[in-house]
Amino acid sequence: MHLTQGQFSFLPDLTDAEIKKQIEYALAQDWAVAIEFTDDPHPRNTYWSMWGTPMFDLKDPAGILMEVKACRAAQGDKYVKVLAFDSHRGFESLRMSFLVNRPKNEPGFELLRSEGPGRKVQYALRSYATGKPAGSRYG
Amino acid sequence: MTALAAVADERVDLQALYAESSIGETLDQLDRELVGLVPVKTRIREIAALLLVERARRSVGLEAEPPPLHMSFTGNPGTGKTTVARRMAEILHRLGYIRRNHVVSVTRDDLVGQYIGHTAPKTKDVLKKAMGGVLFIDEAYYLYRPENERDYGQEAIEILLQVMEDNRDDLVVILAGYKDRMDTFFKSNPGMASRIAHHIDFPDYAADELFRIAELMVATMNYRFDAEAMMALRDYIVRRMEQPRFANARSIRNALDRARLRQANRLFAERGQLLDRTALQTITAADIRASRVFSP
Repeated sequence: MHLTQGQFSFLPDLTDAEIKKQIEYALAQDWAVAIEFTDDPHPRNTYWSMWGTPMFDLKDPAGILMEVKACRAAQGDKYVKVLAFDSHRGFESLRMSFLVNRPKNEPGFELLRSEGPGRKVQYALRSYATGKPAGSRYG
Repeated sequence: MTALAAVADERVDLQALYAESSIGETLDQLDRELVGLVPVKTRIREIAALLLVERARRSVGLEAEPPPLHMSFTGNPGTGKTTVARRMAEILHRLGYIRRNHVVSVTRDDLVGQYIGHTAPKTKDVLKKAMGGVLFIDEAYYLYRPENERDYGQEAIEILLQVMEDNRDDLVVILAGYKDRMDTFFKSNPGMASRIAHHIDFPDYAADELFRIAELMVATMNYRFDAEAMMALRDYIVRRMEQPRFANARSIRNALDRARLRQANRLFAERGQLLDRTALQTITAADIRASRVFSP
Protein backbone atom coordinates (compact mmCIF):
# COMPACT_ATOMS: atom_id res chain seq x y z
CA MET A 1 0.00 0.00 0.00
CA HIS A 2 1.41 3.33 -1.09
CA LEU A 3 1.33 5.62 1.94
CA THR A 4 0.19 9.16 1.23
CA GLN A 5 0.78 11.88 3.74
CA GLY A 6 1.38 15.62 3.82
CA GLN A 7 1.80 17.85 0.79
CA PHE A 8 1.83 16.47 -2.76
CA SER A 9 0.34 13.22 -1.48
CA PHE A 10 -1.73 12.81 -4.64
CA LEU A 11 1.28 13.18 -6.89
CA PRO A 12 3.87 10.55 -7.71
CA ASP A 13 6.93 10.64 -5.45
CA LEU A 14 9.00 13.78 -6.00
CA THR A 15 12.32 13.50 -7.77
CA ASP A 16 15.44 15.03 -6.23
CA ALA A 17 15.22 17.98 -8.61
CA GLU A 18 11.62 18.61 -7.53
CA ILE A 19 12.54 18.27 -3.86
CA LYS A 20 15.29 20.80 -4.41
CA LYS A 21 12.81 23.25 -5.90
CA GLN A 22 10.44 22.86 -2.97
CA ILE A 23 13.29 23.46 -0.53
CA GLU A 24 14.33 26.48 -2.55
CA TYR A 25 10.81 27.86 -2.16
CA ALA A 26 10.84 27.25 1.60
CA LEU A 27 14.21 29.00 1.96
CA ALA A 28 13.02 31.91 -0.12
CA GLN A 29 10.13 32.33 2.36
CA ASP A 30 12.67 32.40 5.19
CA TRP A 31 11.48 29.14 6.67
CA ALA A 32 13.80 26.71 8.45
CA VAL A 33 13.99 23.29 6.83
CA ALA A 34 14.27 20.09 8.85
CA ILE A 35 14.38 16.38 8.10
CA GLU A 36 12.63 13.67 10.14
CA PHE A 37 12.22 9.92 9.81
CA THR A 38 10.12 7.17 11.33
CA ASP A 39 9.19 3.51 10.92
CA ASP A 40 5.66 3.97 12.24
CA PRO A 41 3.48 5.09 9.36
CA HIS A 42 0.29 5.72 11.37
CA PRO A 43 -1.19 9.09 10.33
CA ARG A 44 -1.57 10.12 13.97
CA ASN A 45 2.09 9.41 14.71
CA THR A 46 3.50 12.87 15.31
CA TYR A 47 6.65 11.69 17.04
CA TRP A 48 9.08 11.29 14.20
CA SER A 49 12.81 11.19 14.95
CA MET A 50 14.80 14.26 13.96
CA TRP A 51 17.64 13.86 11.49
CA GLY A 52 19.96 16.42 13.07
CA THR A 53 18.70 19.81 14.08
CA PRO A 54 16.58 22.03 11.82
CA MET A 55 18.93 23.72 9.38
CA PHE A 56 18.47 27.32 10.42
CA ASP A 57 21.84 28.38 9.04
CA LEU A 58 21.64 26.97 5.52
CA LYS A 59 20.74 29.33 2.71
CA ASP A 60 20.98 27.03 -0.28
CA PRO A 61 18.98 23.91 -1.18
CA ALA A 62 22.09 21.96 -2.25
CA GLY A 63 23.27 21.67 1.34
CA ILE A 64 19.87 20.45 2.53
CA LEU A 65 19.60 17.98 -0.31
CA MET A 66 22.93 16.57 0.82
CA GLU A 67 21.34 15.91 4.23
CA VAL A 68 18.27 14.35 2.63
CA LYS A 69 20.54 11.97 0.77
CA ALA A 70 22.56 11.22 3.89
CA CYS A 71 19.35 10.47 5.81
CA ARG A 72 18.12 8.21 3.02
CA ALA A 73 21.42 6.35 2.99
CA ALA A 74 21.27 5.77 6.75
CA GLN A 75 17.50 5.25 7.11
CA GLY A 76 16.69 3.88 3.67
CA ASP A 77 13.97 1.49 4.87
CA LYS A 78 12.03 4.13 6.77
CA TYR A 79 9.78 7.03 5.95
CA VAL A 80 11.64 10.31 5.62
CA LYS A 81 9.97 13.69 5.37
CA VAL A 82 11.12 17.26 4.79
CA LEU A 83 9.54 19.96 6.94
CA ALA A 84 9.63 23.73 6.74
CA PHE A 85 8.98 25.74 9.87
CA ASP A 86 7.79 29.32 9.69
CA SER A 87 8.94 31.30 12.70
CA HIS A 88 7.15 34.51 11.78
CA ARG A 89 4.78 35.91 14.35
CA GLY A 90 1.29 34.65 13.81
CA PHE A 91 2.35 31.44 12.10
CA GLU A 92 5.00 29.90 14.31
CA SER A 93 4.24 26.48 12.96
CA LEU A 94 4.99 24.08 10.14
CA ARG A 95 4.17 25.37 6.68
CA MET A 96 5.40 22.45 4.62
CA SER A 97 5.75 18.72 5.13
CA PHE A 98 6.23 16.09 2.45
CA LEU A 99 7.61 12.57 2.15
CA VAL A 100 10.94 12.12 0.40
CA ASN A 101 11.58 8.44 1.11
CA ARG A 102 9.54 5.33 1.80
CA PRO A 103 10.40 1.68 2.53
CA LYS A 104 10.38 -0.79 -0.37
CA ASN A 105 7.54 -2.86 1.05
CA GLU A 106 4.70 -1.02 2.67
CA PRO A 107 2.39 -3.62 4.18
CA GLY A 108 -0.51 -1.24 4.74
CA PHE A 109 -3.08 -1.02 7.54
CA GLU A 110 -5.40 -3.38 9.34
CA LEU A 111 -8.84 -2.25 10.47
CA LEU A 112 -9.46 -3.36 14.06
CA ARG A 113 -12.99 -3.63 15.45
CA SER A 114 -13.71 -4.01 19.12
CA GLU A 115 -17.22 -4.62 20.31
CA GLY A 116 -18.27 -2.83 23.46
CA PRO A 117 -21.39 -2.88 25.59
CA GLY A 118 -24.65 -2.56 23.61
CA ARG A 119 -22.99 -3.93 20.46
CA LYS A 120 -21.17 -0.59 20.07
CA VAL A 121 -18.28 -1.07 17.67
CA GLN A 122 -15.08 0.92 17.96
CA TYR A 123 -12.70 1.05 15.03
CA ALA A 124 -8.96 1.45 15.04
CA LEU A 125 -6.28 1.52 12.35
CA ARG A 126 -3.10 -0.39 12.90
CA SER A 127 -0.16 -0.67 10.55
CA TYR A 128 0.90 -4.23 9.85
CA ALA A 129 4.46 -2.97 10.06
CA THR A 130 4.16 -1.96 13.72
CA GLY A 131 3.37 -5.56 14.67
CA LYS A 132 7.08 -6.19 14.54
CA PRO A 133 9.56 -4.55 16.88
CA ALA A 134 11.25 -1.32 15.81
CA GLY A 135 14.23 -1.95 13.59
CA SER A 136 12.77 -5.02 11.86
CA ARG A 137 9.53 -3.61 10.52
CA TYR A 138 10.39 -3.42 6.85
CA GLY A 139 12.23 -5.83 4.60
CA MET B 1 17.46 18.69 -40.57
CA THR B 2 15.27 21.75 -40.30
CA ALA B 3 15.95 21.94 -36.57
CA LEU B 4 19.66 21.83 -37.26
CA ALA B 5 19.35 24.57 -39.83
CA ALA B 6 17.41 26.68 -37.37
CA VAL B 7 20.13 26.23 -34.78
CA ALA B 8 22.78 27.11 -37.32
CA ASP B 9 20.86 30.25 -38.17
CA GLU B 10 20.55 31.44 -34.61
CA ARG B 11 22.66 34.43 -33.76
CA VAL B 12 23.72 35.33 -30.28
CA ASP B 13 24.32 38.90 -29.32
CA LEU B 14 27.23 38.76 -26.87
CA GLN B 15 26.99 42.48 -26.33
CA ALA B 16 23.38 42.14 -25.22
CA LEU B 17 24.26 39.27 -22.90
CA TYR B 18 27.10 41.36 -21.51
CA ALA B 19 24.83 44.31 -20.86
CA GLU B 20 22.11 42.13 -19.39
CA SER B 21 24.41 40.49 -16.87
CA SER B 22 25.60 43.96 -15.72
CA ILE B 23 28.98 42.33 -15.39
CA GLY B 24 30.63 45.37 -16.95
CA GLU B 25 29.55 47.44 -13.99
CA THR B 26 31.13 44.98 -11.55
CA LEU B 27 34.36 44.88 -13.54
CA ASP B 28 34.50 48.66 -13.69
CA GLN B 29 33.92 48.82 -9.97
CA LEU B 30 36.76 46.36 -9.56
CA ASP B 31 39.00 48.63 -11.62
CA ARG B 32 38.01 51.68 -9.62
CA GLU B 33 38.22 50.23 -6.16
CA LEU B 34 41.16 47.90 -6.50
CA VAL B 35 44.42 49.61 -7.28
CA GLY B 36 47.04 47.77 -9.31
CA LEU B 37 46.71 43.95 -9.34
CA VAL B 38 46.92 43.82 -13.13
CA PRO B 39 47.43 40.03 -13.46
CA VAL B 40 44.49 39.43 -11.15
CA LYS B 41 42.17 41.71 -13.07
CA THR B 42 43.24 40.19 -16.37
CA ARG B 43 42.43 36.72 -15.11
CA ILE B 44 39.06 37.84 -13.78
CA ARG B 45 38.24 39.36 -17.16
CA GLU B 46 39.22 36.11 -18.85
CA ILE B 47 36.99 34.10 -16.53
CA ALA B 48 34.14 36.54 -17.09
CA ALA B 49 34.56 36.19 -20.87
CA LEU B 50 34.62 32.41 -20.57
CA LEU B 51 31.42 32.33 -18.57
CA LEU B 52 29.70 34.77 -20.89
CA VAL B 53 30.60 32.72 -23.96
CA GLU B 54 29.55 29.59 -22.10
CA ARG B 55 26.17 31.18 -21.54
CA ALA B 56 25.89 32.15 -25.20
CA ARG B 57 26.79 28.58 -26.20
CA ARG B 58 24.14 27.19 -23.91
CA SER B 59 21.53 29.51 -25.40
CA VAL B 60 22.03 27.91 -28.82
CA GLY B 61 22.06 24.41 -27.41
CA LEU B 62 25.80 23.73 -27.26
CA GLU B 63 25.76 22.04 -23.87
CA ALA B 64 28.99 21.39 -22.04
CA GLU B 65 29.95 20.62 -18.48
CA PRO B 66 30.23 23.89 -16.56
CA PRO B 67 33.90 24.82 -16.36
CA PRO B 68 35.41 24.12 -12.93
CA LEU B 69 36.25 27.40 -11.27
CA HIS B 70 38.05 26.45 -8.09
CA MET B 71 40.85 28.93 -7.53
CA SER B 72 43.95 29.50 -5.53
CA PHE B 73 45.02 33.01 -4.55
CA THR B 74 48.63 33.35 -3.56
CA GLY B 75 50.42 36.46 -2.44
CA ASN B 76 51.97 38.33 0.44
CA PRO B 77 49.86 39.64 3.30
CA GLY B 78 47.68 42.62 2.51
CA THR B 79 47.64 42.18 -1.26
CA GLY B 80 43.86 41.97 -1.46
CA LYS B 81 43.17 38.24 -1.60
CA THR B 82 40.09 38.34 0.63
CA THR B 83 38.72 41.45 -1.05
CA VAL B 84 39.02 39.87 -4.47
CA ALA B 85 37.41 36.64 -3.22
CA ARG B 86 34.37 38.64 -2.16
CA ARG B 87 34.26 40.34 -5.55
CA MET B 88 34.62 36.98 -7.23
CA ALA B 89 31.38 35.81 -5.61
CA GLU B 90 29.60 38.86 -7.00
CA ILE B 91 31.03 38.37 -10.48
CA LEU B 92 30.24 34.66 -10.60
CA HIS B 93 26.77 35.37 -9.29
CA ARG B 94 26.06 37.97 -11.95
CA LEU B 95 27.23 35.56 -14.60
CA GLY B 96 24.87 32.95 -13.22
CA TYR B 97 27.63 30.51 -12.34
CA ILE B 98 26.74 30.40 -8.64
CA ARG B 99 23.24 30.71 -7.29
CA ARG B 100 23.82 33.24 -4.55
CA ASN B 101 26.20 36.03 -3.85
CA HIS B 102 27.72 34.82 -0.64
CA VAL B 103 31.18 34.00 0.62
CA VAL B 104 31.79 31.72 3.56
CA SER B 105 35.23 32.56 4.85
CA VAL B 106 36.93 29.90 6.96
CA THR B 107 40.31 28.87 8.32
CA ARG B 108 41.70 25.58 9.61
CA ASP B 109 39.85 25.93 12.93
CA ASP B 110 36.46 25.89 11.22
CA LEU B 111 37.18 22.73 9.25
CA VAL B 112 39.34 20.51 11.42
CA GLY B 113 38.02 18.90 14.59
CA GLN B 114 39.75 18.16 17.83
CA TYR B 115 39.12 14.46 18.22
CA ILE B 116 38.42 11.42 16.09
CA GLY B 117 35.10 11.69 14.26
CA HIS B 118 34.80 15.42 14.85
CA THR B 119 36.34 16.60 11.59
CA ALA B 120 33.97 15.11 9.02
CA PRO B 121 30.74 16.63 10.41
CA LYS B 122 32.49 19.94 11.01
CA THR B 123 33.83 20.15 7.46
CA LYS B 124 30.50 19.04 6.03
CA ASP B 125 28.66 21.70 8.03
CA VAL B 126 30.88 24.39 6.57
CA LEU B 127 30.50 22.99 3.07
CA LYS B 128 26.71 22.89 3.38
CA LYS B 129 26.70 26.47 4.57
CA ALA B 130 28.79 27.52 1.57
CA MET B 131 26.66 25.64 -0.98
CA GLY B 132 25.49 27.79 -3.83
CA GLY B 133 28.24 30.33 -3.20
CA VAL B 134 31.96 30.66 -2.60
CA LEU B 135 33.95 28.90 0.09
CA PHE B 136 37.06 30.92 0.91
CA ILE B 137 39.73 29.03 2.86
CA ASP B 138 42.33 31.40 4.20
CA GLU B 139 45.82 30.07 4.89
CA ALA B 140 44.83 26.75 3.43
CA TYR B 141 48.28 25.20 3.97
CA TYR B 142 47.56 24.86 7.68
CA LEU B 143 45.10 22.11 6.72
CA TYR B 144 48.03 19.87 5.98
CA ARG B 145 50.55 19.26 8.75
CA PRO B 146 53.11 16.74 7.51
CA GLU B 147 54.97 16.72 10.82
CA ASN B 148 52.00 15.10 12.56
CA GLU B 149 50.80 12.01 10.75
CA ARG B 150 47.73 11.74 12.97
CA ASP B 151 46.62 15.26 12.17
CA TYR B 152 42.94 15.47 11.22
CA GLY B 153 43.64 18.06 8.52
CA GLN B 154 44.11 15.33 5.94
CA GLU B 155 40.56 14.15 6.59
CA ALA B 156 39.22 17.65 5.97
CA ILE B 157 41.19 17.84 2.72
CA GLU B 158 39.74 14.54 1.53
CA ILE B 159 36.15 15.60 2.22
CA LEU B 160 36.85 18.90 0.55
CA LEU B 161 38.23 17.18 -2.55
CA GLN B 162 35.23 14.92 -2.78
CA VAL B 163 32.75 17.78 -2.59
CA MET B 164 34.80 19.88 -5.02
CA GLU B 165 34.43 17.01 -7.48
CA ASP B 166 30.82 15.92 -6.81
CA ASN B 167 29.18 19.31 -6.29
CA ARG B 168 31.05 21.20 -8.93
CA ASP B 169 28.07 23.32 -9.92
CA ASP B 170 27.05 24.04 -6.33
CA LEU B 171 30.25 25.42 -4.93
CA VAL B 172 33.36 27.38 -5.84
CA VAL B 173 36.32 26.83 -3.52
CA ILE B 174 39.00 29.52 -3.26
CA LEU B 175 42.19 28.72 -1.36
CA ALA B 176 44.42 31.55 -0.27
CA GLY B 177 47.79 31.93 1.35
CA TYR B 178 51.41 32.93 1.04
CA LYS B 179 53.03 31.86 -2.17
CA ASP B 180 55.86 29.62 -0.99
CA ARG B 181 53.79 27.77 1.59
CA MET B 182 50.93 27.23 -0.84
CA ASP B 183 53.42 25.76 -3.30
CA THR B 184 54.57 23.21 -0.72
CA PHE B 185 50.94 22.52 0.14
CA PHE B 186 50.07 21.75 -3.47
CA LYS B 187 53.22 19.69 -3.89
CA SER B 188 52.20 17.43 -1.03
CA ASN B 189 48.54 17.34 -2.13
CA PRO B 190 48.63 16.74 -5.88
CA GLY B 191 44.92 15.90 -5.84
CA MET B 192 44.15 19.39 -4.64
CA ALA B 193 46.49 21.04 -7.15
CA SER B 194 44.93 19.20 -10.07
CA ARG B 195 41.38 20.16 -9.11
CA ILE B 196 42.16 23.84 -9.05
CA ALA B 197 41.90 25.39 -12.45
CA HIS B 198 43.02 28.90 -11.70
CA HIS B 199 46.18 29.75 -9.81
CA ILE B 200 46.28 33.51 -9.40
CA ASP B 201 49.29 35.26 -7.97
CA PHE B 202 48.83 38.61 -6.25
CA PRO B 203 51.85 40.88 -6.78
CA ASP B 204 53.11 43.29 -4.12
CA TYR B 205 52.05 46.90 -4.49
CA ALA B 206 54.39 49.65 -5.64
CA ALA B 207 54.73 52.82 -3.56
CA ASP B 208 52.42 54.93 -5.73
CA GLU B 209 49.80 52.19 -5.77
CA LEU B 210 49.89 52.14 -1.99
CA PHE B 211 49.41 55.89 -2.00
CA ARG B 212 46.32 55.59 -4.17
CA ILE B 213 45.03 52.87 -1.86
CA ALA B 214 45.50 55.21 1.07
CA GLU B 215 43.57 57.92 -0.75
CA LEU B 216 40.69 55.52 -1.40
CA MET B 217 40.72 54.40 2.22
CA VAL B 218 40.54 57.90 3.70
CA ALA B 219 37.81 58.83 1.24
CA THR B 220 35.66 55.90 2.42
CA MET B 221 36.32 56.87 6.04
CA ASN B 222 35.27 60.49 5.31
CA TYR B 223 38.66 61.96 6.06
CA ARG B 224 40.97 63.97 3.85
CA PHE B 225 44.65 64.83 3.74
CA ASP B 226 45.89 68.36 3.42
CA ALA B 227 48.66 68.98 0.90
CA GLU B 228 51.50 68.57 3.39
CA ALA B 229 49.97 65.40 4.77
CA MET B 230 50.05 63.91 1.30
CA MET B 231 53.78 64.61 1.05
CA ALA B 232 54.27 63.12 4.48
CA LEU B 233 52.29 60.05 3.54
CA ARG B 234 54.35 59.45 0.41
CA ASP B 235 57.43 59.73 2.58
CA TYR B 236 55.89 57.40 5.13
CA ILE B 237 55.05 54.71 2.58
CA VAL B 238 58.57 54.63 1.16
CA ARG B 239 60.07 54.30 4.64
CA ARG B 240 57.53 51.77 5.83
CA MET B 241 58.12 49.51 2.82
CA GLU B 242 61.74 49.07 3.86
CA GLN B 243 60.86 48.02 7.37
CA PRO B 244 60.26 44.46 8.51
CA ARG B 245 56.74 43.00 8.72
CA PHE B 246 55.45 45.20 5.96
CA ALA B 247 51.99 43.94 4.96
CA ASN B 248 51.11 46.03 1.91
CA ALA B 249 47.62 47.55 2.10
CA ARG B 250 47.09 46.25 5.61
CA SER B 251 50.05 48.27 6.89
CA ILE B 252 48.64 51.32 5.18
CA ARG B 253 45.26 50.77 6.83
CA ASN B 254 46.94 50.44 10.23
CA ALA B 255 48.95 53.59 9.61
CA LEU B 256 45.78 55.48 8.76
CA ASP B 257 44.06 54.17 11.87
CA ARG B 258 46.93 55.44 13.97
CA ALA B 259 46.85 58.78 12.15
CA ARG B 260 43.16 59.04 13.05
CA LEU B 261 44.04 58.38 16.65
CA ARG B 262 46.66 61.14 16.63
CA GLN B 263 44.29 63.52 14.89
CA ALA B 264 41.66 62.90 17.55
CA ASN B 265 44.22 63.43 20.29
CA ARG B 266 45.43 66.64 18.70
CA LEU B 267 41.90 67.99 18.42
CA PHE B 268 41.18 66.97 21.99
CA ALA B 269 44.31 68.68 23.28
CA GLU B 270 43.23 71.92 21.59
CA ARG B 271 39.70 71.73 22.95
CA GLY B 272 38.10 75.00 23.99
CA GLN B 273 37.81 76.30 20.47
CA LEU B 274 35.00 75.41 18.13
CA LEU B 275 35.77 72.91 15.39
CA ASP B 276 34.35 73.11 11.93
CA ARG B 277 33.68 70.27 9.54
CA THR B 278 37.05 70.65 7.80
CA ALA B 279 38.97 70.45 11.04
CA LEU B 280 37.19 67.26 11.99
CA GLN B 281 37.93 65.82 8.58
CA THR B 282 41.50 66.80 7.96
CA ILE B 283 44.54 64.72 8.76
CA THR B 284 47.59 66.97 8.83
CA ALA B 285 51.24 66.22 8.20
CA ALA B 286 51.91 66.29 11.95
CA ASP B 287 49.54 63.38 12.46
CA ILE B 288 51.56 61.29 10.06
CA ARG B 289 55.04 62.51 10.90
CA ALA B 290 54.58 61.49 14.52
CA SER B 291 54.86 57.85 13.43
CA ARG B 292 57.74 55.75 14.76
CA VAL B 293 58.75 55.18 11.14
CA PHE B 294 60.16 58.71 11.08
CA SER B 295 62.08 58.35 14.32
CA PRO B 296 65.75 57.84 13.55
